[in-house]
Amino acid sequence: MEDLLREYLPIIIFLGLAVVLGLVFIIAAVILAVRNPDPEKLSAYECGFNAFDDARMKFDVRFYLVSILFIIFDLEIAFLFPWAVAFKDVGMVGFWSMMVFLAVLTIGFAYEWKKGALEWE
Amino acid sequence: MVEFFTTTNLGIFLLILGQSLLVVVPLLVALAFLLWGDRKIWAAVQLRKGPNVVGAFGLMQSFADFVKYIMKEIVIPAGADRFVFLLAPMLSFVLALTAWAVVPFNDGWVLADINVAILFVFAVSSLEVYGVIMGGWASNSKYPFLGSLRSAAQMISYEVSIGLIIIGVIISTGSMNFGDIVMAQDGAGFLSWYWLPHFPMVFLFLISALAETNRPPFDLPEAESELVAGYQVEYSSTPFLLFMIGEYVAIVLMCTLISILFFGGWLSPVEFLPDGIFWLCLKIVFFFFVFSMVKAITPRYRYDQLMRIGWKVFLPLSLAWVVLVAFFAQYGAFWGAYARWTVGG
Repeated sequence: MEDLLREYLPIIIFLGLAVVLGLVFIIAAVILAVRNPDPEKLSAYECGFNAFDDARMKFDVRFYLVSILFIIFDLEIAFLFPWAVAFKDVGMVGFWSMMVFLAVLTIGFAYEWKKGALEWE
Repeated sequence: MVEFFTTTNLGIFLLILGQSLLVVVPLLVALAFLLWGDRKIWAAVQLRKGPNVVGAFGLMQSFADFVKYIMKEIVIPAGADRFVFLLAPMLSFVLALTAWAVVPFNDGWVLADINVAILFVFAVSSLEVYGVIMGGWASNSKYPFLGSLRSAAQMISYEVSIGLIIIGVIISTGSMNFGDIVMAQDGAGFLSWYWLPHFPMVFLFLISALAETNRPPFDLPEAESELVAGYQVEYSSTPFLLFMIGEYVAIVLMCTLISILFFGGWLSPVEFLPDGIFWLCLKIVFFFFVFSMVKAITPRYRYDQLMRIGWKVFLPLSLAWVVLVAFFAQYGAFWGAYARWTVGG
């Protein structure tokens, strides 16, 4: 446990250093730069018009679809990582189990391709 | 004196802080010159001079820009969510830097020598999507919103193929530690590096890296002609600078990953020359040059083409490659080139 924490300690300190550096950059601009806001400057950029309505509007459902597909495939990759590291130890059973898993996944992939989930027209 | 730095808590903290600074400061200074080089290469391709006023050959241009960024006003749009608006650039900067904590620069020259280094880099670079999404959403403006949606969809699409390509390398090595991956490529000079057995994946990885870091020809999130500057439209001053540093740090990280995974990291290409950090830097600079040239000479993709390549070409190819590598490794094809753990890696 102690060794594990010692291994990850540099990451925490590195993270802290990066946060401090980022804050220093922002605070430096807050202190050094002039601040002179007016309503026109603070309005949202929309090619010279005043903004018509709230920008957080409805958007295409395909973005949502892509994120769902991503979750499926990223989970699969997360599943592959430990298998790949232990590749030499899992032997034939482990090897063929993963091949079957990948085959099932490929069938699902072919299905969603046929269904047109990957189209962007 | 040595005991103070290895036994007491404060000493260990100071030692690690010093090591972290040794990574961050050279990285950011190198980035300033890489940025300058990027602009110079871009200009040279277009028969312009590029930055040439500040310092000899304009070498100090990035530092002048830095001062200028700090002297500019931070404009926060009236409708924006102030906290998230400032958190987004912080997030993309901090995450981009954090991934460097596990990158080795030479044999044993690594800040955190953890055994899941690749997984860590993969996880951190996945999180970078949040910076973009938060920036686009918090601005409360239409261009940033659309840009961030596009960017998020693009980044997660290409992450899948990057992940699968990395799996192939891990199967060959049997470890997720960068040091082990580099050492598994040690042997007969540049012929024993992974680019040869994993040859097609080098190109797939390079292209996916371009898409993952929103570089041209895949810079759809910032396509000037459609979205002005994408999720960065409302940003000014140092928040914008943080976004830009984050982006370039991510690019250099991708160059480093290509060098380490496929081109032997700090190993020397020929056996009579010694290994060392020099080789890693040379490889990183070379791949950064490739990135710049690609930016300069390729036209931008259309969004549907981008998504089609990601899901219909790269994903099936890299998935098939993982299966192929698994078979080669399992049955020891090609004299064990795909199963390096058997010979000591």
